[in-house]
Amino acid sequence: MSGVEGLLKQHGKPIKDVYLDWENGSVVDKEVLDVMIPIYLEKTFGNPAITHKIGWETYDFYVKAKTAIAKPLSVDPQTLALTHSFTESNNLAIKGLLPLNKKKKKIIVSEAEHLSVIHTAKSLFNQQYHVDIIPVSNDGTVNLDVLQEKLDDDTLLVSLQTTNHELGTMQPVKAALEIVKDKSEEIFFHTDATAAFGRVPIDYNKLEVDLATFNSNRILGPKGIAALYVREGIKMKALYEGQLSVEILSPDVENPALLAGFAKAVELQFSKFDQVKENITRLRDKLLYGLLTSIERTEMNGPSGERRAPDNVNISYLGCEGEALTVECSMNGIYVSSGSACTSRVLMPSHILTAIGRKPEEAHGSLLMKLNRLNTEEQVDYVLERMPKIISRIRSITGGIEL
Amino acid sequence: MSSRIPLPYAPRVLELFQNPQNLGRMEDATIAASAGSPACGDMIAFYLKINEGTGIITKSSFESYGCASNIAAASQLTIMIENKSLEDAWKITWADVSEALGGLPSVKTHCGSLAVGALRRAIRAYYTEISKSIPKWVPENLTKDEKHALEEEALAEKLAKKYKLNVPSDK
Repeated sequence: MSGVEGLLKQHGKPIKDVYLDWENGSVVDKEVLDVMIPIYLEKTFGNPAITHKIGWETYDFYVKAKTAIAKPLSVDPQTLALTHSFTESNNLAIKGLLPLNKKKKKIIVSEAEHLSVIHTAKSLFNQQYHVDIIPVSNDGTVNLDVLQEKLDDDTLLVSLQTTNHELGTMQPVKAALEIVKDKSEEIFFHTDATAAFGRVPIDYNKLEVDLATFNSNRILGPKGIAALYVREGIKMKALYEGQLSVEILSPDVENPALLAGFAKAVELQFSKFDQVKENITRLRDKLLYGLLTSIERTEMNGPSGERRAPDNVNISYLGCEGEALTVECSMNGIYVSSGSACTSRVLMPSHILTAIGRKPEEAHGSLLMKLNRLNTEEQVDYVLERMPKIISRIRSITGGIEL
Repeated sequence: MSSRIPLPYAPRVLELFQNPQNLGRMEDATIAASAGSPACGDMIAFYLKINEGTGIITKSSFESYGCASNIAAASQLTIMIENKSLEDAWKITWADVSEALGGLPSVKTHCGSLAVGALRRAIRAYYTEISKSIPKWVPENLTKDEKHALEEEALAEKLAKKYKLNVPSDK
Protein backbone atom coordinates (compact mmCIF):
# COMPACT_ATOMS: atom_id res chain seq x y z
CA MET A 1 0.00 0.00 0.00
CA SER A 2 1.47 3.34 -1.03
CA GLY A 3 -1.14 5.28 0.92
CA VAL A 4 -2.25 7.14 -2.18
CA GLU A 5 -5.39 5.12 -2.93
CA GLY A 6 -7.63 7.33 -0.79
CA LEU A 7 -6.08 10.44 -2.27
CA LEU A 8 -6.80 9.28 -5.81
CA LYS A 9 -10.36 8.43 -4.83
CA GLN A 10 -10.83 11.91 -3.41
CA HIS A 11 -9.25 13.39 -6.54
CA GLY A 12 -11.81 11.69 -8.76
CA LYS A 13 -11.80 11.30 -12.51
CA PRO A 14 -11.61 14.54 -14.46
CA ILE A 15 -13.81 14.93 -17.55
CA LYS A 16 -10.69 15.05 -19.72
CA ASP A 17 -7.02 14.18 -19.36
CA VAL A 18 -4.56 16.56 -20.97
CA TYR A 19 -0.95 15.68 -20.26
CA LEU A 20 1.47 18.57 -20.74
CA ASP A 21 4.19 17.55 -18.27
CA TRP A 22 6.49 16.11 -20.93
CA GLU A 23 9.41 17.69 -19.10
CA ASN A 24 8.97 15.24 -16.25
CA GLY A 25 8.03 12.04 -17.97
CA SER A 26 6.61 10.71 -21.22
CA VAL A 27 4.61 7.77 -22.42
CA VAL A 28 6.17 5.55 -25.03
CA ASP A 29 4.77 5.81 -28.55
CA LYS A 30 2.74 2.71 -29.44
CA GLU A 31 4.95 2.08 -32.49
CA VAL A 32 8.00 2.26 -30.24
CA LEU A 33 6.60 -0.36 -27.91
CA ASP A 34 5.74 -2.56 -30.89
CA VAL A 35 9.40 -2.87 -31.89
CA MET A 36 10.49 -3.47 -28.30
CA ILE A 37 8.20 -6.38 -27.44
CA PRO A 38 9.72 -8.99 -29.80
CA ILE A 39 13.16 -8.17 -28.40
CA TYR A 40 11.97 -8.86 -24.88
CA LEU A 41 10.22 -12.04 -26.00
CA GLU A 42 12.13 -13.70 -28.82
CA LYS A 43 14.96 -12.10 -30.82
CA THR A 44 18.17 -10.06 -30.57
CA PHE A 45 17.83 -10.04 -26.80
CA GLY A 46 21.37 -11.33 -26.30
CA ASN A 47 24.71 -9.83 -25.51
CA PRO A 48 26.23 -8.28 -28.64
CA ALA A 49 29.76 -9.07 -27.41
CA ILE A 50 29.28 -12.87 -27.29
CA THR A 51 30.23 -15.31 -30.04
CA HIS A 52 27.16 -17.33 -30.86
CA LYS A 53 24.24 -16.87 -33.21
CA ILE A 54 22.08 -14.87 -30.82
CA GLY A 55 25.07 -12.69 -29.93
CA TRP A 56 25.89 -12.02 -33.58
CA GLU A 57 22.26 -11.30 -34.42
CA THR A 58 22.13 -8.94 -31.50
CA TYR A 59 25.32 -7.23 -32.62
CA ASP A 60 23.92 -6.82 -36.14
CA PHE A 61 20.75 -5.29 -34.71
CA TYR A 62 22.83 -3.15 -32.37
CA VAL A 63 24.88 -1.56 -35.13
CA LYS A 64 21.80 -0.86 -37.24
CA ALA A 65 19.92 0.71 -34.34
CA LYS A 66 22.79 3.02 -33.44
CA THR A 67 23.09 3.99 -37.09
CA ALA A 68 19.42 4.98 -37.06
CA ILE A 69 19.94 7.17 -34.00
CA ALA A 70 23.05 8.81 -35.51
CA LYS A 71 21.43 9.54 -38.86
CA PRO A 72 19.39 12.68 -38.11
CA LEU A 73 22.37 14.09 -36.23
CA SER A 74 24.67 13.51 -39.22
CA VAL A 75 27.26 11.83 -37.03
CA ASP A 76 29.11 8.52 -37.14
CA PRO A 77 27.26 5.90 -35.03
CA GLN A 78 30.57 5.07 -33.35
CA THR A 79 30.60 8.53 -31.81
CA LEU A 80 27.44 7.85 -29.81
CA ALA A 81 28.01 6.44 -26.35
CA LEU A 82 24.86 4.86 -24.98
CA THR A 83 24.03 5.66 -21.37
CA HIS A 84 21.03 5.06 -19.14
CA SER A 85 19.76 8.63 -18.81
CA PHE A 86 20.51 12.20 -19.77
CA THR A 87 21.68 12.67 -16.19
CA GLU A 88 24.30 9.99 -16.72
CA SER A 89 25.25 11.52 -20.09
CA ASN A 90 25.76 14.92 -18.45
CA ASN A 91 27.77 13.38 -15.61
CA LEU A 92 29.86 11.44 -18.10
CA ALA A 93 30.47 14.51 -20.26
CA ILE A 94 31.99 16.33 -17.29
CA LYS A 95 33.51 13.66 -15.07
CA GLY A 96 34.60 11.37 -17.90
CA LEU A 97 37.02 13.98 -19.22
CA LEU A 98 38.83 14.58 -15.95
CA PRO A 99 41.07 11.50 -15.50
CA LEU A 100 42.76 11.98 -18.89
CA ASN A 101 43.05 15.77 -18.68
CA LYS A 102 44.43 16.39 -15.23
CA LYS A 103 46.31 19.60 -15.88
CA LYS A 104 43.36 21.90 -16.45
CA LYS A 105 41.15 22.71 -13.51
CA LYS A 106 38.40 25.03 -14.65
CA ILE A 107 34.88 24.19 -15.78
CA ILE A 108 32.42 26.77 -17.08
CA VAL A 109 28.66 26.20 -17.08
CA SER A 110 25.69 28.57 -17.29
CA GLU A 111 23.38 29.16 -14.36
CA ALA A 112 20.42 27.99 -16.43
CA GLU A 113 21.83 24.51 -17.04
CA HIS A 114 19.94 21.47 -15.87
CA LEU A 115 20.88 20.52 -12.30
CA SER A 116 22.53 17.36 -13.60
CA VAL A 117 25.14 19.68 -15.14
CA ILE A 118 25.34 22.28 -12.36
CA HIS A 119 25.45 19.75 -9.52
CA THR A 120 27.99 17.61 -11.34
CA ALA A 121 30.25 20.61 -11.94
CA LYS A 122 29.86 21.81 -8.35
CA SER A 123 30.62 18.34 -6.99
CA LEU A 124 34.17 18.83 -8.25
CA PHE A 125 34.83 21.83 -6.02
CA ASN A 126 36.48 19.72 -3.35
CA GLN A 127 38.73 18.08 -5.93
CA GLN A 128 40.48 21.38 -6.55
CA TYR A 129 38.39 22.25 -9.56
CA HIS A 130 37.23 25.76 -10.15
CA VAL A 131 33.68 26.15 -11.47
CA ASP A 132 32.55 29.37 -13.12
CA ILE A 133 28.83 29.78 -13.46
CA ILE A 134 28.01 32.34 -16.10
CA PRO A 135 24.81 34.40 -15.93
CA VAL A 136 21.87 34.49 -18.31
CA SER A 137 19.74 37.40 -19.47
CA ASN A 138 16.14 37.92 -18.38
CA ASP A 139 14.95 35.63 -21.18
CA GLY A 140 17.46 32.93 -20.23
CA THR A 141 20.08 33.59 -22.91
CA VAL A 142 23.66 32.84 -21.90
CA ASN A 143 25.83 35.93 -21.58
CA LEU A 144 28.58 35.38 -24.16
CA ASP A 145 30.61 38.39 -23.00
CA VAL A 146 31.01 36.81 -19.59
CA LEU A 147 31.86 33.49 -21.23
CA GLN A 148 34.60 35.25 -23.18
CA GLU A 149 35.94 36.85 -19.99
CA LYS A 150 35.98 33.61 -18.02
CA LEU A 151 37.88 31.55 -20.61
CA ASP A 152 41.53 31.08 -19.77
CA ASP A 153 44.39 28.63 -20.21
CA ASP A 154 43.19 26.63 -17.23
CA THR A 155 39.74 25.99 -18.79
CA LEU A 156 39.07 22.32 -19.43
CA LEU A 157 35.41 22.33 -20.39
CA VAL A 158 32.51 24.61 -21.22
CA SER A 159 29.02 23.14 -20.90
CA LEU A 160 26.11 25.11 -22.35
CA GLN A 161 22.72 23.63 -23.16
CA THR A 162 21.25 23.84 -26.66
CA THR A 163 17.75 24.73 -25.46
CA ASN A 164 16.71 25.59 -21.94
CA HIS A 165 14.36 22.93 -20.59
CA GLU A 166 12.22 25.31 -18.51
CA LEU A 167 12.17 28.53 -20.50
CA GLY A 168 12.53 27.16 -24.01
CA THR A 169 15.37 29.58 -24.69
CA MET A 170 17.36 28.48 -27.72
CA GLN A 171 20.93 29.23 -26.77
CA PRO A 172 23.51 30.73 -29.13
CA VAL A 173 25.52 27.49 -29.11
CA LYS A 174 27.22 28.17 -32.40
CA ALA A 175 28.43 31.61 -31.33
CA ALA A 176 29.52 30.25 -27.94
CA LEU A 177 31.41 27.43 -29.62
CA GLU A 178 33.26 29.90 -31.84
CA ILE A 179 34.24 32.01 -28.84
CA VAL A 180 35.53 28.93 -27.01
CA LYS A 181 37.46 27.48 -29.94
CA ASP A 182 38.90 30.88 -30.83
CA LYS A 183 40.35 30.96 -27.35
CA SER A 184 41.75 27.47 -27.67
CA GLU A 185 40.95 24.42 -29.77
CA GLU A 186 41.82 22.37 -26.73
CA ILE A 187 38.94 23.52 -24.56
CA PHE A 188 36.19 20.93 -24.67
CA PHE A 189 32.65 22.06 -25.47
CA HIS A 190 29.66 20.08 -24.22
CA THR A 191 26.04 20.86 -24.97
CA ASP A 192 23.08 19.30 -23.19
CA ALA A 193 20.65 18.88 -26.08
CA THR A 194 18.02 17.00 -24.08
CA ALA A 195 15.37 19.68 -24.51
CA ALA A 196 16.34 20.42 -28.12
CA PHE A 197 16.63 16.92 -29.58
CA GLY A 198 13.84 16.26 -32.05
CA ARG A 199 12.43 19.75 -31.60
CA VAL A 200 14.93 22.04 -33.23
CA PRO A 201 17.22 21.11 -36.12
CA ILE A 202 20.67 20.01 -34.93
CA ASP A 203 23.52 19.00 -37.21
CA TYR A 204 26.57 18.21 -35.12
CA ASN A 205 28.72 17.62 -38.16
CA LYS A 206 28.38 21.29 -38.91
CA LEU A 207 28.21 22.48 -35.33
CA GLU A 208 31.34 20.61 -34.28
CA VAL A 209 30.72 20.46 -30.56
CA ASP A 210 32.85 17.94 -28.71
CA LEU A 211 30.16 16.38 -26.56
CA ALA A 212 26.36 16.42 -26.66
CA THR A 213 23.63 14.82 -24.56
CA PHE A 214 20.48 13.23 -26.04
CA ASN A 215 17.60 11.45 -24.42
CA SER A 216 15.08 8.86 -25.53
CA ASN A 217 12.06 9.45 -23.28
CA ARG A 218 11.75 13.12 -24.26
CA ILE A 219 10.92 11.99 -27.80
CA LEU A 220 8.50 9.28 -26.65
CA GLY A 221 11.08 6.52 -26.54
CA PRO A 222 11.55 4.34 -23.44
CA LYS A 223 13.07 5.61 -20.21
CA GLY A 224 16.39 4.12 -19.18
CA ILE A 225 18.38 4.94 -22.29
CA ALA A 226 20.12 8.04 -23.57
CA ALA A 227 23.26 8.94 -25.47
CA LEU A 228 26.33 11.07 -25.28
CA TYR A 229 27.88 12.18 -28.54
CA VAL A 230 31.67 12.09 -28.18
CA ARG A 231 33.53 13.60 -31.11
CA GLU A 232 35.98 11.22 -32.72
CA GLY A 233 39.40 11.29 -31.08
CA ILE A 234 38.26 12.48 -27.65
CA LYS A 235 39.38 10.15 -24.90
CA MET A 236 37.20 9.64 -21.89
CA LYS A 237 36.89 7.30 -18.96
CA ALA A 238 33.73 5.47 -17.91
CA LEU A 239 32.03 6.62 -14.70
CA TYR A 240 32.02 3.11 -13.29
CA GLU A 241 33.77 -0.21 -13.70
CA GLY A 242 32.39 -3.35 -15.24
CA GLN A 243 32.86 -6.01 -17.83
CA LEU A 244 34.19 -5.61 -21.34
CA SER A 245 31.22 -4.65 -23.46
CA VAL A 246 30.47 -3.07 -26.81
CA GLU A 247 29.87 0.27 -25.12
CA ILE A 248 33.23 1.42 -23.76
CA LEU A 249 31.76 4.21 -21.67
CA SER A 250 28.95 2.04 -20.23
CA PRO A 251 30.75 -1.11 -19.16
CA ASP A 252 27.74 -3.29 -18.54
CA VAL A 253 25.37 -5.48 -20.50
CA GLU A 254 23.69 -3.67 -23.37
CA ASN A 255 19.91 -3.42 -23.40
CA PRO A 256 18.73 -4.19 -26.94
CA ALA A 257 15.02 -3.62 -26.28
CA LEU A 258 15.58 -0.11 -24.95
CA LEU A 259 17.93 0.60 -27.84
CA ALA A 260 15.34 -0.59 -30.36
CA GLY A 261 12.79 1.71 -28.73
CA PHE A 262 15.18 4.65 -28.76
CA ALA A 263 15.99 4.07 -32.45
CA LYS A 264 12.31 3.83 -33.36
CA ALA A 265 11.51 6.97 -31.38
CA VAL A 266 14.22 8.84 -33.30
CA GLU A 267 12.88 7.55 -36.60
CA LEU A 268 9.32 8.62 -35.75
CA GLN A 269 10.31 12.01 -34.34
CA PHE A 270 12.39 12.90 -37.37
CA SER A 271 10.27 11.33 -40.12
CA LYS A 272 7.77 14.19 -39.97
CA PHE A 273 10.07 16.69 -38.33
CA ASP A 274 9.03 19.83 -40.23
CA GLN A 275 5.34 19.05 -40.15
CA VAL A 276 5.35 18.27 -36.43
CA LYS A 277 7.46 21.33 -35.64
CA GLU A 278 5.09 23.57 -37.55
CA ASN A 279 2.03 22.07 -35.90
CA ILE A 280 3.49 22.24 -32.39
CA THR A 281 4.63 25.82 -32.91
CA ARG A 282 1.10 26.76 -33.92
CA LEU A 283 -0.39 25.03 -30.87
CA ARG A 284 2.25 26.63 -28.64
CA ASP A 285 1.40 30.11 -29.88
CA LYS A 286 -2.30 29.49 -29.48
CA LEU A 287 -1.80 28.26 -25.92
CA LEU A 288 0.85 30.79 -24.89
CA TYR A 289 -0.80 33.91 -26.23
CA GLY A 290 -4.27 32.61 -25.41
CA LEU A 291 -3.33 32.29 -21.74
CA LEU A 292 -1.48 35.61 -21.66
CA THR A 293 -4.45 37.48 -23.14
CA SER A 294 -7.28 35.75 -21.28
CA ILE A 295 -5.73 35.90 -17.80
CA GLU A 296 -4.65 39.07 -16.05
CA ARG A 297 -1.45 39.53 -14.05
CA THR A 298 0.61 37.03 -16.01
CA GLU A 299 4.21 37.10 -17.16
CA MET A 300 5.72 34.97 -19.87
CA ASN A 301 8.97 33.30 -18.86
CA GLY A 302 11.55 32.92 -21.63
CA PRO A 303 11.83 34.54 -25.06
CA SER A 304 9.12 35.00 -27.67
CA GLY A 305 9.15 34.15 -31.36
CA GLU A 306 11.84 32.23 -33.19
CA ARG A 307 14.17 32.04 -30.20
CA ARG A 308 11.66 30.07 -28.16
CA ALA A 309 11.58 26.28 -28.50
CA PRO A 310 8.43 25.19 -30.34
CA ASP A 311 7.17 23.07 -27.45
CA ASN A 312 7.51 25.45 -24.51
CA VAL A 313 4.85 27.43 -22.64
CA ASN A 314 6.01 28.88 -19.32
CA ILE A 315 3.96 31.55 -17.57
CA SER A 316 3.95 33.04 -14.07
CA TYR A 317 0.52 33.71 -12.63
CA LEU A 318 0.90 36.37 -9.97
CA GLY A 319 -1.01 35.81 -6.77
CA CYS A 320 -0.95 32.04 -7.19
CA GLU A 321 1.28 29.52 -5.51
CA GLY A 322 2.42 26.95 -8.06
CA GLU A 323 2.01 23.73 -6.11
CA ALA A 324 -1.61 24.61 -5.38
CA LEU A 325 -1.96 25.43 -9.08
CA THR A 326 -0.63 22.04 -10.19
CA VAL A 327 -3.11 20.34 -7.84
CA GLU A 328 -6.03 22.46 -9.09
CA CYS A 329 -4.97 21.81 -12.70
CA SER A 330 -4.86 18.11 -11.89
CA MET A 331 -8.45 18.22 -10.59
CA ASN A 332 -9.32 19.61 -14.01
CA GLY A 333 -7.39 16.88 -15.78
CA ILE A 334 -4.51 19.14 -16.82
CA TYR A 335 -1.11 17.77 -15.83
CA VAL A 336 1.67 20.33 -15.61
CA SER A 337 4.63 21.25 -13.40
CA SER A 338 5.65 24.35 -11.50
CA GLY A 339 8.85 26.12 -10.54
CA SER A 340 7.38 26.63 -7.08
CA ALA A 341 9.43 25.82 -4.00
CA CYS A 342 6.72 23.54 -2.66
CA THR A 343 6.97 21.17 -5.59
CA SER A 344 10.72 20.88 -5.13
CA ARG A 345 10.88 19.86 -1.46
CA VAL A 346 13.28 22.69 -0.70
CA LEU A 347 12.24 26.18 0.19
CA MET A 348 13.66 27.71 -2.96
CA PRO A 349 11.93 28.17 -6.29
CA SER A 350 13.40 27.01 -9.61
CA HIS A 351 17.04 28.09 -9.94
CA ILE A 352 16.36 29.03 -13.54
CA LEU A 353 13.50 31.39 -12.76
CA THR A 354 15.58 33.11 -10.11
CA ALA A 355 18.51 33.23 -12.57
CA ILE A 356 16.44 35.29 -15.00
CA GLY A 357 15.56 37.69 -12.20
CA ARG A 358 12.05 36.53 -11.39
CA LYS A 359 10.94 37.63 -7.92
CA PRO A 360 10.13 34.70 -5.63
CA GLU A 361 6.39 35.32 -5.87
CA GLU A 362 6.66 35.23 -9.67
CA ALA A 363 8.73 32.06 -9.64
CA HIS A 364 6.41 30.36 -7.14
CA GLY A 365 3.43 31.07 -9.41
CA SER A 366 4.95 29.62 -12.57
CA LEU A 367 3.57 26.76 -14.61
CA LEU A 368 5.50 24.89 -17.27
CA MET A 369 3.51 23.31 -20.07
CA LYS A 370 5.11 21.41 -22.92
CA LEU A 371 3.60 20.21 -26.16
CA ASN A 372 4.50 17.31 -28.38
CA ARG A 373 3.13 15.44 -31.34
CA LEU A 374 0.55 13.64 -29.22
CA ASN A 375 -1.17 16.87 -28.20
CA THR A 376 -4.16 18.10 -30.17
CA GLU A 377 -5.83 21.42 -30.85
CA GLU A 378 -8.88 20.18 -28.97
CA GLN A 379 -6.70 19.70 -25.88
CA VAL A 380 -5.28 23.21 -26.21
CA ASP A 381 -8.81 24.60 -26.49
CA TYR A 382 -9.79 22.71 -23.34
CA VAL A 383 -6.81 24.10 -21.42
CA LEU A 384 -7.60 27.62 -22.62
CA GLU A 385 -11.18 27.21 -21.48
CA ARG A 386 -10.24 25.88 -18.02
CA MET A 387 -7.21 27.90 -17.01
CA PRO A 388 -8.94 31.23 -16.28
CA LYS A 389 -11.21 29.42 -13.79
CA ILE A 390 -8.29 27.57 -12.24
CA ILE A 391 -6.29 30.76 -11.75
CA SER A 392 -9.26 32.62 -10.41
CA ARG A 393 -9.98 29.96 -7.79
CA ILE A 394 -6.41 29.86 -6.53
CA ARG A 395 -6.33 33.67 -6.44
CA SER A 396 -9.51 33.64 -4.37
CA ILE A 397 -7.70 31.52 -1.76
CA THR A 398 -4.74 33.90 -1.74
CA GLY A 399 -7.31 36.63 -1.24
CA GLY A 400 -5.87 39.86 0.01
CA ILE A 401 -2.50 38.53 1.12
CA GLU A 402 -0.04 41.07 -0.15
CA LEU A 403 2.93 39.63 -1.93
CA MET B 1 17.37 4.50 3.23
CA SER B 2 17.87 4.61 -0.50
CA SER B 3 14.59 6.05 -1.66
CA ARG B 4 12.79 9.26 -0.90
CA ILE B 5 9.14 9.31 -0.08
CA PRO B 6 7.36 11.79 -2.34
CA LEU B 7 4.33 13.74 -1.25
CA PRO B 8 1.33 11.54 -0.74
CA TYR B 9 -1.38 13.76 0.69
CA ALA B 10 -4.09 12.24 2.83
CA PRO B 11 -7.53 12.50 1.20
CA ARG B 12 -8.60 15.05 3.83
CA VAL B 13 -5.98 17.50 2.50
CA LEU B 14 -7.43 17.29 -0.98
CA GLU B 15 -10.97 17.50 0.36
CA LEU B 16 -10.24 20.77 2.15
CA PHE B 17 -8.26 22.05 -0.82
CA GLN B 18 -11.24 21.41 -3.08
CA ASN B 19 -13.71 22.85 -0.64
CA PRO B 20 -11.97 25.03 1.93
CA GLN B 21 -13.98 25.90 5.03
CA ASN B 22 -13.84 29.41 6.50
CA LEU B 23 -11.97 30.90 3.57
CA GLY B 24 -11.62 34.62 3.09
CA ARG B 25 -10.75 37.90 4.70
CA MET B 26 -12.93 38.90 7.67
CA GLU B 27 -13.69 42.59 7.55
CA ASP B 28 -14.97 42.82 11.13
CA ALA B 29 -12.29 40.62 12.69
CA THR B 30 -11.29 41.39 16.25
CA ILE B 31 -7.70 40.58 15.40
CA ALA B 32 -5.70 39.33 12.42
CA ALA B 33 -2.17 37.98 12.03
CA SER B 34 -0.09 36.36 9.36
CA ALA B 35 2.89 34.02 9.20
CA GLY B 36 5.26 32.88 6.49
CA SER B 37 6.74 34.66 3.53
CA PRO B 38 6.12 34.95 -0.17
CA ALA B 39 9.80 34.21 -0.78
CA CYS B 40 9.33 30.73 0.65
CA GLY B 41 6.09 30.40 -1.24
CA ASP B 42 3.81 30.05 1.75
CA MET B 43 1.97 32.57 3.80
CA ILE B 44 -1.13 32.29 5.95
CA ALA B 45 -3.35 35.10 7.22
CA PHE B 46 -5.64 34.34 10.16
CA TYR B 47 -8.72 36.34 11.20
CA LEU B 48 -10.44 35.89 14.55
CA LYS B 49 -13.76 37.23 15.78
CA ILE B 50 -13.60 37.08 19.56
CA ASN B 51 -16.32 37.54 22.14
CA GLU B 52 -14.37 39.86 24.34
CA GLY B 53 -16.50 39.13 27.38
CA THR B 54 -16.10 35.35 27.33
CA GLY B 55 -12.82 34.99 25.42
CA ILE B 56 -14.51 32.62 23.00
CA ILE B 57 -13.63 32.54 19.30
CA THR B 58 -17.00 32.95 17.63
CA LYS B 59 -15.71 32.98 14.07
CA SER B 60 -12.44 32.53 12.31
CA SER B 61 -11.24 32.58 8.75
CA PHE B 62 -8.05 32.39 6.72
CA GLU B 63 -6.37 33.28 3.49
CA SER B 64 -3.47 31.26 2.14
CA TYR B 65 -0.78 31.87 -0.41
CA GLY B 66 0.62 28.39 -0.36
CA CYS B 67 0.49 24.79 -1.41
CA ALA B 68 -2.48 22.45 -1.03
CA SER B 69 -1.41 21.30 2.43
CA ASN B 70 -0.89 24.87 3.53
CA ILE B 71 -4.46 25.69 2.51
CA ALA B 72 -5.81 22.53 4.12
CA ALA B 73 -3.87 23.09 7.36
CA ALA B 74 -5.19 26.64 7.73
CA SER B 75 -8.74 25.58 6.95
CA GLN B 76 -8.55 22.60 9.31
CA LEU B 77 -7.36 24.85 12.11
CA THR B 78 -10.27 27.27 11.67
CA ILE B 79 -12.62 24.29 12.04
CA MET B 80 -10.80 23.09 15.15
CA ILE B 81 -10.99 26.43 16.98
CA GLU B 82 -14.64 27.15 16.29
CA ASN B 83 -16.38 28.17 19.52
CA LYS B 84 -13.26 27.35 21.51
CA SER B 85 -11.88 29.58 24.21
CA LEU B 86 -8.68 31.39 23.31
CA GLU B 87 -6.90 29.25 25.88
CA ASP B 88 -8.10 25.99 24.29
CA ALA B 89 -7.27 27.30 20.83
CA TRP B 90 -3.78 28.18 22.01
CA LYS B 91 -3.21 24.58 23.10
CA ILE B 92 -3.68 23.15 19.61
CA THR B 93 -0.37 22.00 18.21
CA TRP B 94 0.85 21.37 14.67
CA ALA B 95 0.71 17.67 15.49
CA ASP B 96 -3.02 18.01 16.24
CA VAL B 97 -3.56 19.76 12.91
CA SER B 98 -1.49 17.19 11.07
CA GLU B 99 -3.41 14.36 12.72
CA ALA B 100 -6.75 15.91 11.81
CA LEU B 101 -5.56 16.08 8.21
CA GLY B 102 -4.71 12.39 8.22
CA GLY B 103 -1.00 13.05 8.65
CA LEU B 104 0.97 15.56 6.63
CA PRO B 105 3.95 14.32 4.63
CA SER B 106 7.11 15.02 6.62
CA VAL B 107 8.31 17.79 4.32
CA LYS B 108 4.94 19.48 4.76
CA THR B 109 4.73 19.46 8.54
CA HIS B 110 5.89 23.05 8.48
CA CYS B 111 2.58 23.95 6.81
CA GLY B 112 0.76 22.81 9.95
CA SER B 113 3.30 24.59 12.06
CA LEU B 114 2.85 27.79 10.07
CA ALA B 115 -0.93 27.71 10.55
CA VAL B 116 -0.51 27.22 14.31
CA GLY B 117 2.11 29.98 14.33
CA ALA B 118 -0.27 32.40 12.65
CA LEU B 119 -3.08 31.55 15.06
CA ARG B 120 -0.88 31.99 18.15
CA ARG B 121 0.40 35.27 16.78
CA ALA B 122 -3.19 36.42 16.46
CA ILE B 123 -4.03 35.33 20.02
CA ARG B 124 -0.89 36.94 21.43
CA ALA B 125 -1.63 40.11 19.47
CA TYR B 126 -5.18 40.13 20.83
CA TYR B 127 -3.92 40.15 24.42
CA THR B 128 -1.10 42.62 23.86
CA GLU B 129 -2.89 45.03 21.54
CA ILE B 130 -6.58 44.82 22.41
CA SER B 131 -7.28 43.45 25.86
CA LYS B 132 -3.94 44.80 27.13
CA SER B 133 -3.60 42.09 29.76
CA ILE B 134 -1.81 38.86 29.05
CA PRO B 135 -3.15 35.77 30.82
CA LYS B 136 -0.72 33.46 32.55
CA TRP B 137 -1.22 30.60 30.07
CA VAL B 138 0.34 32.65 27.30
CA PRO B 139 4.04 31.97 27.76
CA GLU B 140 6.26 35.01 27.90
CA ASN B 141 8.65 33.49 25.40
CA LEU B 142 7.55 32.61 21.91
CA THR B 143 6.41 29.01 21.44
CA LYS B 144 7.99 26.64 18.96
CA ASP B 145 5.37 27.29 16.28
CA GLU B 146 5.66 31.06 16.63
CA LYS B 147 9.41 30.70 16.42
CA HIS B 148 9.04 28.45 13.42
CA ALA B 149 7.19 31.21 11.60
CA LEU B 150 9.96 33.62 12.54
CA GLU B 151 12.58 31.14 11.45
CA GLU B 152 10.94 30.63 8.11
CA GLU B 153 10.67 34.36 7.57
CA ALA B 154 14.34 34.73 8.51
CA LEU B 155 15.28 31.84 6.26
CA ALA B 156 13.45 33.47 3.38
CA GLU B 157 15.46 36.60 3.94
CA LYS B 158 18.71 34.68 4.17
CA LEU B 159 18.04 32.62 1.07
CA ALA B 160 16.95 35.72 -0.75
CA LYS B 161 20.24 37.37 0.02
CA LYS B 162 22.18 34.27 -0.96
CA TYR B 163 20.42 34.02 -4.29
CA LYS B 164 20.19 37.79 -4.66
CA LEU B 165 16.43 37.66 -4.86
CA ASN B 166 14.39 40.74 -4.77
CA VAL B 167 12.38 40.24 -1.59
CA PRO B 168 10.01 42.97 -0.57
CA SER B 169 11.06 44.41 2.78
CA ASP B 170 8.82 44.19 5.84
CA LYS B 171 5.57 45.97 5.41
